[in-house]
Amino acid sequence: MNLFKLFNDIEKADPEVYDRLSSRRNAFRFGTKVALAAVPLAMGSMFRQAYGQSTSAIVDVLNYALTLEYLEDEFYINGLKAANLIPMADRTIFTQIGKHESAHVAFLKTAITSSGGKPVDKPAFDFTAKNSFPDVFSNYQTFLTLSQAFEDTGVRAYKGQAGALISNNDVLTAALQIHSVEARHASEVRRLRGQKGWITGNTGAPAAVYAGEENLTQGGVNVTTITQAPASAVGEAFDEPLTKEQVLGIASLFIVKQ
Amino acid sequence: MPKQIIANPSDYQLEKGVLQPVGRRLFLRYAGMTAATSALLLAGCDKDDDNKMTGVNLGSGDIGILNYAYALEQLEAAFYIQVIQSKYAGMTTAEEQILTDIRDHEVAHRDFFKAALGSNAIPGLEVDFSSIKFNDRASVLNAAKTFEDLGVSAYNGAGKLLVSADYLLLAGKIVSVEARHAAAIRSLLNPKSADFAGDDVVTAGNGLDVQRMPMEVLSAAKTYVKTQINADQLPTQ
Repeated sequence: MNLFKLFNDIEKADPEVYDRLSSRRNAFRFGTKVALAAVPLAMGSMFRQAYGQSTSAIVDVLNYALTLEYLEDEFYINGLKAANLIPMADRTIFTQIGKHESAHVAFLKTAITSSGGKPVDKPAFDFTAKNSFPDVFSNYQTFLTLSQAFEDTGVRAYKGQAGALISNNDVLTAALQIHSVEARHASEVRRLRGQKGWITGNTGAPAAVYAGEENLTQGGVNVTTITQAPASAVGEAFDEPLTKEQVLGIASLFIVKQ
Repeated sequence: MPKQIIANPSDYQLEKGVLQPVGRRLFLRYAGMTAATSALLLAGCDKDDDNKMTGVNLGSGDIGILNYAYALEQLEAAFYIQVIQSKYAGMTTAEEQILTDIRDHEVAHRDFFKAALGSNAIPGLEVDFSSIKFNDRASVLNAAKTFEDLGVSAYNGAGKLLVSADYLLLAGKIVSVEARHAAAIRSLLNPKSADFAGDDVVTAGNGLDVQRMPMEVLSAAKTYVKTQINADQLPTQ
């Protein structure tokens, strides 16, 4: 995070910001006032101080995302560590995915701290989901099933929060940039399993991960009525969001209650 | 029989009725399309032609961004229609399935935007795929990779330009499918590698995918679009 750019953006967005932050105005060397321009709001502790409430809502979303990234990150760390789990030929793929999840964890922690929030602690995970998947780290097919579920859930989770971030351009853009990476991962893992890279109807396991993916109506229009693309393709062409509650319902299966 | 209808070229050639007359098209191509020459071009045309000479105007605000997305989806749909119409030598069944699926997704996206925009929709664009060798696997898949990565970066960059949360969600529903395509195409080009989410598109340090602003995207897309696209009124922040 470039703090100087951040402060500059805030200043451009709100020339009065330093008045709001009078106690801190001597802490930094700022240039003269910049011409007023409708520049995106940006993250930062100063921002939080000046606009506390809306930023705390953003921190909440980021912490929610961080929880999911913790889950994915630990899942791949364990998977890559497990002997005789991931075939040699596929290790490059999971090393790349794991690298991204670790980077997402680090990125979100920094973003939360910069926004004046406190990153949530990493929960204790149980990837067997109370023995529902006892061989998750010894049977490659089970590992792949959960990997796909986590990635597809991640895509739906970020999508579901985009609207909550609309007031903050920098956070929104970063969230979209993570969102599409999760989708790339999901496509690759699905194809490793012999599935299509995209979601057809609401097929997949666990069922909660795919609930609602069969939707054909976008913007109030049943898309099958305005295109010659087959209905299956219309369903595949639009990924659907999940609410925070739905996602936490899925994630909680893998989180050890303290 | 939707499959057959889609496979019929005449239905999915971008609407011929809106294509510019050949003479003017050539004039535009040879005269060049830089800003510096546009005034000259206008001066050399009948007054009635002014709109056409300045190209298709995407418009402003959210409508402008939706038209921008519609333009990209038109381009992608036209490309994959051509790919399936003139399959490259040695296209495997698995590859044909993937490319057909992607074609149908892009057609659905294109038709959705057209319907959503209604009378605000830009006309059908005239494409230029002369740089793509449709009989050559590598040429086709590399072009597909370019289109998909460009699409992902375009939606990622345009999200913040939207005012409506509803449109933002719709864009979100589409961009992840484009990212799924991008990964699949990249994986066809280089199976079992890290390329599906390679370091050339996903920054290794922070795990963020590429995002681009409309001007950059349209400049990259220019090679494939004959119609001049005017994005001057699009929001920039």
